[in-house]
Amino acid sequence: MTVAADELWHRLSPLSPVVRLGRGGLAIFVLVVPALVTGHSAVDWNLAAYGGLLVVGVAGSIVSWLVTRWRVHEGALQKEEGLVRRQSLRFPLSQIQAVDVLQPALARVFGLAELRLRMGASQSSGRLAYLPIAEALALRERLLARREATTEPVPAEPVPSRLLFRVSTPRLVASFVLDLGSLALLAISVVVVVFVGSGALAIWIIPAGVGIWRRINAEYNRTVTEVPGGLHIEGGFVSTTAETIPLGRVQAVRLTEPILWRPFGWCRLLVVLAGRQARDAEAGDTTGRSARALIPVGTAEEAAALVRHLLPDVPLERRRPPARARWKAPLSYPNLAWDTNDAVLVATGGRLARITSWVPLEKVQSLRRERGPVQRRLRLETIRVDVAGRGVRASLRDRDIVEGEQALGELVELCRRARRPAA
Amino acid sequence: LDGNGSLDNVEWLRPSPRLASMRRVEVAVVAVCVALIAGGALLASGLWLWAAVVVVVALAGGAVTAMLVERRVRTWGYAERADDLLVQHGLLVARLSVVPYGRMQFIDVTAGPVERAYGLVTVKLHTAAAATDARIPGLTEETGRGLRDRLASLGEANASGL
Repeated sequence: MTVAADELWHRLSPLSPVVRLGRGGLAIFVLVVPALVTGHSAVDWNLAAYGGLLVVGVAGSIVSWLVTRWRVHEGALQKEEGLVRRQSLRFPLSQIQAVDVLQPALARVFGLAELRLRMGASQSSGRLAYLPIAEALALRERLLARREATTEPVPAEPVPSRLLFRVSTPRLVASFVLDLGSLALLAISVVVVVFVGSGALAIWIIPAGVGIWRRINAEYNRTVTEVPGGLHIEGGFVSTTAETIPLGRVQAVRLTEPILWRPFGWCRLLVVLAGRQARDAEAGDTTGRSARALIPVGTAEEAAALVRHLLPDVPLERRRPPARARWKAPLSYPNLAWDTNDAVLVATGGRLARITSWVPLEKVQSLRRERGPVQRRLRLETIRVDVAGRGVRASLRDRDIVEGEQALGELVELCRRARRPAA
Repeated sequence: LDGNGSLDNVEWLRPSPRLASMRRVEVAVVAVCVALIAGGALLASGLWLWAAVVVVVALAGGAVTAMLVERRVRTWGYAERADDLLVQHGLLVARLSVVPYGRMQFIDVTAGPVERAYGLVTVKLHTAAAATDARIPGLTEETGRGLRDRLASLGEANASGL
């Protein structure tokens, strides 16, 4: 297909209803088939109910496929859906924050993929489920190219994609073991097996296992490549995801060094984007959160190289808090520091893990100052830097009051200069 | 710092003095309700000693909170500067928010039933960051509406992309 062909109305792949029914249909199938084979009469009513459900589900998803169509028109992706409540959705290409290609296991079997447009607003997302994988990838390229065309000038010639990072599988597995959460789980499990018996274990081993599986599934073979205007993230074990993050949409970068990884010099690097989404459990998709792990686990050098790529001009100095801050923050005191230049602010903190956050000043939403009762006694204050999204911020914790006031005034001014007016 | 002026010599605007009496009424209503419901329930189940304790504690707590209301209300302040809005409040933890006009996404003006009885409104600013905490309670309807209109036009004039 070409750009011109995008202007016409298209249907999704005819196999979409099959994948859409997915596990629910499969589960019912698994329940129904043995019952059919054994011909057990006691399950007849159940059988009828399941059969009915299956028929309704199949009919529903076929109808929903029939009435769904999409096209790219007037600088927006348009989607129409719904039989009874007809809905026409419009996603302006200029507001796309990222385009993801997701492949749940079943979709992968049929060579299909879901295309998801991540928009700036909190909930709205454009989903095209499902397209043939080749078509999904090509459409993503075209959408991103047209988005660039509407917002920023297209680079003169496309830069060949360059591999920036690939996660090492042994290290990924090791990182799950060297995790305070999993170690605590292990300890509790041992205690339970010894004192209660192994039966009680199942209650949380299963959800914990599912959680770990999800993370492995999502972070296995994660690769980051450089593409024009952004970064491309790929990976996955059973279901794969691929997404492209435009560099200009990065709200913050966060580096975590958990205490158990410290001896090996490992760390985790996240980028924070605007806009969030409900987690898609079906695809084992952890990308739904506003933070995306570029490096699930990697070395300090790998992280430093990626940070340089994301934010070319980061401050290298670290301003330490006064020694009396130790009384207020005994555990995190060794990790506290901050600095800024006229483009990027960096703040470090964290009790057991050291967390470093970089925030481009042009993305800062608001600044806050806090003085608690203990801080007042010690003549300290905390300055928080808020970035778009939930629970995302960098904190200049426990600074001397004089320095803090100066820093706040300085940051207000630097952020004002860094903000560029909307197009 | 340029024309914005330092954060130290800012002319703070205060909420309406009616806010304090409104807060006192709220505290009194809550304390009396707790005393009546919990006390009544305990009395009905025959625990008259506990009922007396609960009533005394609820009323005493209410009285102490009501005495602190004056000081807490006095900590609220806001200032419209050239490029941003400042909001401060908090007795135990003193907080100050700096919200650039260009970052405002929308502005709420709300008035609950008690606020309406006092003719007061709360103005709240939202940015793309959920953590942004810029709420100004206890403005008179007129002040609140004026502030909202001014902020809205300033926000539009300065709007910057995400």
